[in-house]
Amino acid sequence: MISQGRKWIAEWVEGLGRLTLLTQEATASLFTFKVAWKDLIYQIYFVGVKSQSVVLITGAFTGMVLAAQTYAQFHKVKMDTAVLAVVSVSTCSELGPVLTGLMVAGRVGAAIAAELGTMKVTEQIDALRTLATHPIDYLVVPRLLALVIAMPLLTAEAIAVGIGAGYVVGVYLLDIDPVYLWYNALKYTGVPDVAVGLIKGLFFGGMVAIIGCYKGMYCGQGAEGVGRATTESVVYASITILISNFFLTLILGRIFGTL
Amino acid sequence: MIEVRDLSKSFGDHCILDHINFQIKKGESLVIIGRSGGGKSVLLKHLIGLLQPDEGEVLIDGENIVDMDERQLLRVRHKFGMVFQQAALFDSMTVAENVGFALQRERQLPEDQIGQKVAEMLEMVDLPGTEEKKPAELSGGMRKRVGLARAIIYEPEIVLYDEPTTGLDPIVSDSIDKLIERVRDRLDVTSVVVTHDMRSARRLGQRILMLHDRKIHASGTAEEIFNSKDPIVRQFIDGVSDPKEVHV
Repeated sequence: MISQGRKWIAEWVEGLGRLTLLTQEATASLFTFKVAWKDLIYQIYFVGVKSQSVVLITGAFTGMVLAAQTYAQFHKVKMDTAVLAVVSVSTCSELGPVLTGLMVAGRVGAAIAAELGTMKVTEQIDALRTLATHPIDYLVVPRLLALVIAMPLLTAEAIAVGIGAGYVVGVYLLDIDPVYLWYNALKYTGVPDVAVGLIKGLFFGGMVAIIGCYKGMYCGQGAEGVGRATTESVVYASITILISNFFLTLILGRIFGTL
Repeated sequence: MIEVRDLSKSFGDHCILDHINFQIKKGESLVIIGRSGGGKSVLLKHLIGLLQPDEGEVLIDGENIVDMDERQLLRVRHKFGMVFQQAALFDSMTVAENVGFALQRERQLPEDQIGQKVAEMLEMVDLPGTEEKKPAELSGGMRKRVGLARAIIYEPEIVLYDEPTTGLDPIVSDSIDKLIERVRDRLDVTSVVVTHDMRSARRLGQRILMLHDRKIHASGTAEEIFNSKDPIVRQFIDGVSDPKEVHV
């Protein structure tokens, strides 16, 4: 039992060390500006354009349900016109980046881990190395850069769609005065709320990329190894997003004076 | 050109290679034989730095690659080409993109010259006109040929072959052997071939090393190995599962 625990801790520490080295190496490689533009554009297309339906549906329905639930409570104290302000502030700084991060972790993080994992088990990553190509330069950097660029944009999109959907529900379904609804939303939503959301999106994008690449590049043998790497990349990225969100909220809240 | 000194490697508690020593001269054609799971491919991967030994040194032109990090190894790997057991072609790319990959990455030649060089290489491996095919559309033998074209396009000094004829029928195996000979003679490269195909070993090996029980059990010219009276060597060459049936 004790030796099992020691082994688990040793493996965990080893994994953390590898992840840190991968992050360090990828960050250093970013600044050599050797990234192939063709690969980067394809990755941005894959992350950004191909995630449109997922992000639009997530943003829209989150905004809609949040508006309906907030109305259910606020109507009791006659604060109907503050509904969109709640939707707006919470979508900008929390729900927008977190839910977009989780959806991208499920779609893109899993795809990265599966693709790189398959390359690992079929010796394609070794083949890259024999062709004098560093796998981090060729595989990790374009994905990391694409996610860091695309995630804030996807987050902004989810925020905009979420607020729009909340507005539609408030005005057309719940009969709230549109002028006061919009006025309160603008009054209580500041630039710092939007900035916090976009910065969180950037961090979450980096996390999804690094965890997906790490799980793929260090996956176990065979189809089972690839399957496990894919599942773990989604689970670990999601947990990391949820935990880091709390700390980012505290840190960014202090920086922007919202907390 | 290549020197392996006291190389040992274990995976967990399982020792695969135990204090291995040998040298390969420039232009030599060395074949490494041994039973499946005996560490042949592991040894081959140490020569190009894909695996790091637990102990020992691997010297390439006098430089110990064991102490090098991945970026330093990239420079040394320019001297190498490697053909993998399952070809390891990049399945998202076409044949032309696979073969021209190293040249594309180097960015030293214009596109049209890379295309020309790719066509030449495909001609050399008897696969002209397959540029636009995807690896999934190719047979096992064709995939190995494309893997070989990809490995030699930048004219390396050393080519490593990991079981080049495994899983192929005898006729395709023979054509791959002929191709390896052609590449060796035309490009004047040092070849290291890992195989348990005795026909390939006899044909390709100027010198043969036999790995057995984690060590180099026998070493010599193809003639010496195939005429050996050593029971373990004989058992392997004759393909006899019961040692009692070996006729020395």
